[in-house]
Amino acid sequence: MAAHNLKHALFCAFITVIISYPILGLNLIAQGTSVTLEGATTATVVNVFLAAVAVFLFQLFRDNIMGVFGRVPNLNPLAKRGPVSQEKRLLMERVFFVAIILLALVWPFIVSRGAVDLATLVLIYIMLALGLNVVVGLAGLLDLGYVAFYAVGAYTFALLSQYFGISFWLALPIGALLAALFGFVLGFPVLRLRGDYLAIVTLGFGEIIRILLNNWTTLTGGPNGIGGIPDPTLFGMEFGRRVKEEGNVSFHETFGIAYSGEHKVIFLYLIALVLAIFTLLVIRRFMRMPVGRAWEALREDEIAARSLGMSRTAVKLSAFTIGAFFAGFAGTVFASKQGFISPESFVFLESAIILAIVVLGGMGSQVGVILAAIAVTILPELAREFSEYRMLIFGAAMVLMMVWRPQGLLPMRRIQIELKEQG
Amino acid sequence: MLVLENVHTHYGKIEALHGVSVEVKKGEIVSLIGANGAGKTTLLMTVCGNPQASSGRVILEGRDITNAPTSQIMRSGISIVPEGRRVFSGLTVEENLHMGGFFNTKAEIRKSQDHVYDLFPRLKEREHQRAGTMSGGEQQMLAIGRALMSKPRMIILDEPSLGLAPIVIQQIFEIIGHLREEGITVFLVEQNAHQALNLADRGYVLETGRIRLHDTGKNLLANPDVRNAYLGG
Repeated sequence: MAAHNLKHALFCAFITVIISYPILGLNLIAQGTSVTLEGATTATVVNVFLAAVAVFLFQLFRDNIMGVFGRVPNLNPLAKRGPVSQEKRLLMERVFFVAIILLALVWPFIVSRGAVDLATLVLIYIMLALGLNVVVGLAGLLDLGYVAFYAVGAYTFALLSQYFGISFWLALPIGALLAALFGFVLGFPVLRLRGDYLAIVTLGFGEIIRILLNNWTTLTGGPNGIGGIPDPTLFGMEFGRRVKEEGNVSFHETFGIAYSGEHKVIFLYLIALVLAIFTLLVIRRFMRMPVGRAWEALREDEIAARSLGMSRTAVKLSAFTIGAFFAGFAGTVFASKQGFISPESFVFLESAIILAIVVLGGMGSQVGVILAAIAVTILPELAREFSEYRMLIFGAAMVLMMVWRPQGLLPMRRIQIELKEQG
Repeated sequence: MLVLENVHTHYGKIEALHGVSVEVKKGEIVSLIGANGAGKTTLLMTVCGNPQASSGRVILEGRDITNAPTSQIMRSGISIVPEGRRVFSGLTVEENLHMGGFFNTKAEIRKSQDHVYDLFPRLKEREHQRAGTMSGGEQQMLAIGRALMSKPRMIILDEPSLGLAPIVIQQIFEIIGHLREEGITVFLVEQNAHQALNLADRGYVLETGRIRLHDTGKNLLANPDVRNAYLGG
C-alpha cells in the first residue's frame, strides 16, 4: 500500500537534499578581502542525509501516519461536548476576563522587569489586534497596511513632543484621532474595492507611510528616527531620577520612597493595561450596537445588507476609522515605551503579525484574539534559544493551526439579544 | 407609485436599458417578464440606484430618486427581495428578521415580526434555526419576511420562484397575492411567465433592454407572441 507513494517520497527526499545541502552544507568564509567556499563538516552532511531519509520515510508511510493524527481529535475529551448555552458561555467569558485582568494587575509585582516589559508589548499587540479585529474579523475588509495607522499614532506623539513639547496624555487622544482621520481619508477611495484588490491597496498604503517617514528627513529624521520621547507622567509626577520639566515633581520624592527604575516600567505597563481594557470594552460595546451588526451583515452578504438600506460606505468607513483609532492608541503607547522610534518598527512584517494574531485567534472573537496576541508575542521570546529558527517554528505553528483549527483558537459566537416583552 | 420614464442604464460603455418606461400604480401587482439577459434585473437595480440611470427619470411616490444613493432609496418605503434570496445564512430566522427592521425601533420590530410570523407560520416554527440550514422555499419566505420588516408600501421581488419546487412556487405566489390584499404594491420580476402573469394586474415584456409589450396580465397570457416566446407555445 505504500508502493504508490514511492515515487512521490523519492521526489520529496530529493527536494530535501537539493534545498538543504547548499544552505547547510556550503559555507562562505571571508578571508581578508576574498571569500572562499568551504564544504561543511561530515556531521552536517550526515544530518542532511538523515533528514532526507526521514522525509522519505514520512512520505512513504504518509497515509498511516496521518491516519493516526486523524484519530487525535477523538482523544480530545472536549471535542464531543455539546454546545454550551449562551448564559453559561457569557458567564465563562466574564470569569475569564476578570481572572485575566486580576492576573494582569498583580503581574508586575511578582515578576522581573524584563517580563513586565514583555507584558507591555503583549498589551500593545492586544490593542492592535482588537482594533484590526474590527476591520478584518467583523467587517471582513482585508487590511494589510494596518501598521500605517500604528505608525501615525507613534509619530504623532514623537513629533508633537519634539516640536511642541506636548505630554503623553495630551498626545494620546491626538494620536488616536489623527490615525482615525488617516483611516477615514484612506477609506474613501479604497472601500469601493473588494477582497484581493482592497488588500493590495492597503498594503501599498502601509508602505507609502513607512517610506514617507523614511525619506522626509527634515521632519521625521528619516532612518535615524526620533529619540528622547518623554515618558508618561502621573498627575505631574515624573518617574525619572531627576525632574526634566519645569513644574513637575518626581514620583519617588513625593511618596518618600527610594528611586527605582522599575517604577517607570510598571507605570507604563499599567497605562497599557488600562488602555487595552478600554479598547476591549469600547469595541465590545460597538459589537452589540447596531453598527456592529451592520459590519457583520455587510461581511456576510453585501447585496442583502444594501437591500435593507444600509449604506456600504458609512458602514465600511466606520469600521476602518474605529480600527485605525485604536492602532493610533497603541502607537502612542509604543512610542512612549520605546522612547525612540524609527520607520524600522513599522514594516510590513508587523502588519502580517497583527493579521496572523486575528486569524489565529478566530476572526471576530475577542477572547480568541487576546489569547492569540499573548501566544504570538511570547512564543518567539520563549523560542529565543533557537534564534534563527524561531520564524520557522512560528511558521510551522501557523500551518498546523490552519490544518487543525482553521476557524481559529476560539471562533466567534454571536450574542443573541432577546427583545423585551412589551406592555 | 413607481414611475420609470425613458430610462437608459449603462454598465460602463455598454447600454443595457434603451429607454424603458414602466409604471406601477398603488395597490397593483405588476409583473415584468423577459428572457435571460433581457435586462430585468438591471431594471430593478436601476430603481435601487445601483447602477444609477444615465438618462431618464425614476420617480417613487412623486419624488425623483434617479440620483439618490441606494441606502436612501431602500429606506424610503420600498423593499426589495433580491435574486437568489440572500438571507444571512449564519444568523437565525429571528435575527434575519431583525436585520430587516434595522432602522426601526424595537417596538416596531416586535410588531412587524409578529405580523411576519402570522403570514408565514413556518418561520415561527423555525425561529431559532440558522437560515442557511433551511430549505430553499423557507429561505424565500424568510427573504420576503425580512423585506416586510421595514413596513414597506411597495415591495419588489426579483425571481422569487428561482430554484424552487412547483408546489413551493405555488405557495410563494399565494403569499404575493396576499400582500396585495394588505395594500402593499408589488412589482414582480419573473421568468416563470405563466404564474407571474396570472397573478398580475398588468404586465410588461422586456426584450434586449426595451419594453416590447404592455398589457393586462390576462391579455398578455392570451397574446400569441407571448405564448410562443415565454409560455412554450
